[in-house]
Amino acid sequence: MKRLLLIVPLVLVVLLLVVLGSGLGNDPTHLESARIGKAFPAFKLTALEDGNREITESDLKGDVFLVNVWATWCPSCKAEHPYLLDIAREQAVTLIGMNYKDDSTAAMGWLKRLGNPYRFTISDPQGTLGFDLGVYGAPETYVVDANGVVRYRHVGAVDTRVWNETLKPLIIELKRRS
Amino acid sequence: MMVKFISARVFLCILFLVSACVQADIDVYEFKDEAQHAQYQQLAKELRCPKCQNQNIADSNAPIAKDMRHQVYQMTLEGKSSSEIVAFMVDRFGEFVVYTPRFDFSTWLLWLGPAVIGILGVLVVVLMARRKVESSDSILSAEESEKLKKILAEDETIS
Repeated sequence: MKRLLLIVPLVLVVLLLVVLGSGLGNDPTHLESARIGKAFPAFKLTALEDGNREITESDLKGDVFLVNVWATWCPSCKAEHPYLLDIAREQAVTLIGMNYKDDSTAAMGWLKRLGNPYRFTISDPQGTLGFDLGVYGAPETYVVDANGVVRYRHVGAVDTRVWNETLKPLIIELKRRS
Repeated sequence: MMVKFISARVFLCILFLVSACVQADIDVYEFKDEAQHAQYQQLAKELRCPKCQNQNIADSNAPIAKDMRHQVYQMTLEGKSSSEIVAFMVDRFGEFVVYTPRFDFSTWLLWLGPAVIGILGVLVVVLMARRKVESSDSILSAEESEKLKKILAEDETIS
């Protein structure tokens, strides 16, 4: 009995090591979005391509959308751009752009030069929609389901791996359900 | 002398750089009264910047921290209470932004853990100390203490 008691601290230490060790691989800059499972926030903004065209949250209903937050001042956005073009070509999901705290002229030039993967782009020059969505840096990519509910957020650049392993399976599942 | 001169200049440069950093983010906000000012300062200290790993929004130069400060200012002017403003931020950026998380199912271990470990530690120390006292009482058997007395008595007669 006494011998068994001696093992207790050892077991506790091993447990602690396992718990702490499993946290080592986590990226502390990746935060769980507070918006998951909640409706895409209400907004009233204009399209980047056409300042007279009003866009609201109701434009993000009826289908599964991939909303990509980007800006010309963000280097990672440039890195992920070719991947977004690939995703658009695959036609598995409709991409919506959200131009975040950016200059509209520069943003239009960027789309013309690099190609436009988005059906339309929401212009959010003040970052108000970004704030309500909980955006804390660009790029961020949100999966919004057919009811306009945020299902997933990816922080950082999207690439082939993120698309194939996370976004695409989720989108296929959401489309199947709706 | 030359070396001294250069190092003084380097030191001055560093001083200027440091002061530039410190001065980089002073927002000019005007408040209706001292209570609102106090609430703003309190919240700017208590809210954590989501972009930075461990800085409050008062200390951070990140664009998102600036936006959050502005939001806190606006809501304070509108007469919103501290808890309303904190709830507003948590709703958007998650529990991460508060340095004192709510007590709920996912945080109970965080809140109670230190106290539980502390109590366990005290218990272990008390139990071990008690066991030691008990065993030290019975180091010598009756036979042994008789023997000890005898030896001591012999010792006395010799001296």
